Amino acid sequence: MKKIRKLKLAVWKFASCDGCQLSLLDCEDELLAVAGAVEIAYFPEASSNYVKGPYDLSLVEGSVTTAHDAERIQQVRKQSKALITIGACATAGGIQALRNFADVEEFTRIVYAHPEYIRTLSQSTPIAEHVKVDFELRGCPINKQQLLEVVSAFLHERKPNTPPHSTCVECKLRGTVCVMVAHGTPCLGPVTQAGCGAICPSYNRGCYGCFGPKETPNTASLSQQWVQLGVNKEAVNQAYRSFNAWAEPFRKESLPDA
Amino acid sequence: MPKSIKVDVLARVEGEGALYLNFKDGKVADVQLSIYEPPRFFEALLRGRRFDEAHDITSRICGICPIAYQMSAVHAMEDAFGVKVEGQLRALRRLLYCGEWIESHALHVYMLHAPDFLGYHGAIEMAKDHPAIVERGLQLKKIGNEIVELLGGRAVHPVNVCVGGFYKVPHKRDFQHLAERLKWARDAALETVRWTASLAFPEFEQDYEFVALRHENEYPFNEGRLISNKGLDIAVREFDDHFAEQHVAHSNALHCVMKERGAYFTGPLARYNLNFDQLSPLAQAAAREAGLPPTCHNIFQSIIIRSIETLYDCDEALRIIDEYEMPDVPAIEIQPRAATGYAATEAPRGTLYHRYSIDEAGLITDAKIVPPTSQNQKTIENDLWHFAARYINLPDAELQHQCEQAVRSYDPCISCATHFLRLNVERT
Repeated sequence: MKKIRKLKLAVWKFASCDGCQLSLLDCEDELLAVAGAVEIAYFPEASSNYVKGPYDLSLVEGSVTTAHDAERIQQVRKQSKALITIGACATAGGIQALRNFADVEEFTRIVYAHPEYIRTLSQSTPIAEHVKVDFELRGCPINKQQLLEVVSAFLHERKPNTPPHSTCVECKLRGTVCVMVAHGTPCLGPVTQAGCGAICPSYNRGCYGCFGPKETPNTASLSQQWVQLGVNKEAVNQAYRSFNAWAEPFRKESLPDA
Repeated sequence: MPKSIKVDVLARVEGEGALYLNFKDGKVADVQLSIYEPPRFFEALLRGRRFDEAHDITSRICGICPIAYQMSAVHAMEDAFGVKVEGQLRALRRLLYCGEWIESHALHVYMLHAPDFLGYHGAIEMAKDHPAIVERGLQLKKIGNEIVELLGGRAVHPVNVCVGGFYKVPHKRDFQHLAERLKWARDAALETVRWTASLAFPEFEQDYEFVALRHENEYPFNEGRLISNKGLDIAVREFDDHFAEQHVAHSNALHCVMKERGAYFTGPLARYNLNFDQLSPLAQAAAREAGLPPTCHNIFQSIIIRSIETLYDCDEALRIIDEYEMPDVPAIEIQPRAATGYAATEAPRGTLYHRYSIDEAGLITDAKIVPPTSQNQKTIENDLWHFAARYINLPDAELQHQCEQAVRSYDPCISCATHFLRLNVERT
């Protein structure tokens, strides 16, 4: 019988916090099984054994913020049969995309005594603005069960089962009473994509949108609802400007005249 | 002696950087720990944000130690507003930190550091020959995450911490299952101490200045004075009087140094040396049994100390759960005011300092964050100077490996300090 070649997996890091790739190591019960099913060919955080490309599947964490990284993502794409972005940085530019709304030179001066040593682009951009992306996994951080689902779907050449509906549906599924209706707590759940399992409302707090906008979100209506709950317009705009601020529906809704 | 040694990517560290060692005429000529992880400008992007957003935003600096960022941020805000979180809420915060230390230390001990000693590329490769050891490490790590998940909602960037306490506090009964698991973890941690103590360590003792928090009656997490073994003894709000950040050309992470004496050392080794007497009796006994005295100056042995701290965390978590009574309110009320607040807490890899200025509207006007790895950068470079000088006659591959190992002993978090370690040893 012909021996089946194990698929080669690579994990790449761009500007990010490491939390999404850590989610792979956080699969404590599944990690060794995953390592049995695929060849972990390039994953510097876990192993100093670097197997050369090409790779069957690349998981990319982080956003592009330097000229060097803009070049590096092209190289990663060339070596990868499939490329999946993991997390809000890679998918939407991350929290560091707040610079896109500001003057980056001013930002550099605030943090660094010698701004001339710092090489950075004026914007933090998602991977899909640079290369073709085969699938985007949402979340700040990603949900590790969803990560396993996506890798497993790829292995079996099927479509990943990651629901595109809103966080509201997840609250209903787990039986959480609506924090906005019952307690008047401002919540981004109605415009945020499901995936986390609606954690925040189950802890008596409003969703803060870390999985980014759902398909066709009605942000204008939700903003109005927030204003009715007593949140001032500036604070409403600010709420969209966090971990997925550069995702288009949130970006547009966050503008002062939105 | 070959002319140069080069490693492009140093593995098993969090984030990305480079390391350069140059030799001339048989001597070490230059050492640079170069951090080129792209800057993310947190201190700038915090300006204009509300005081109660800082802990959720700064937790995104590091996915491995988000609790540390959340804890330093909320304590700094509480300091600004003159509020002190006491009683069970304070205890729950210690418990949450125990979870992060267990998770982070188990990750480092088993998956990042141990492969160096046993000669593997990583834990997955190690699992083929030592399945029971790797499995024990993974389960320990999982229990750390379970604490964070129970109190915080998820392991990475948990959502339940707020200024003044928590959004929601658990019932006593919620801890039943966890307490059973922790009893197993405590035994596993004790085994970990014994196992790590049996590893072989290069001889390398340095005269470090250790800096850590010191609390009068507990091993430090969230409170205490900043002290050192060379006479420093200050309140956290005096930090800026004694420490300064320097911007060097080869690093996107600022180097933090002590104004009077330069390089210093923060992290498990420093905490252990300055707080041995505050460890639980079980943890102290384990250290003695392992043959580790109350002072240790060998960075390679930090793997034993992380194991001892993990044992302490299990012990402390069990104590907190045992004494837990559900508080009446999940958080105390906060009235923001124009003020500046300071806090330092002990992240798994060392002291994490935050300072915020807040205006009357509760908005942040200024923020300063000093992570452990930027404090240790200079000490790491110093170690490499001394280590490479002492062991210069080792074969190249061996010297290179041990230099990498020395860096990994610090558990550097380059995402924190800003990312990619590249080791490049040149000899001319």
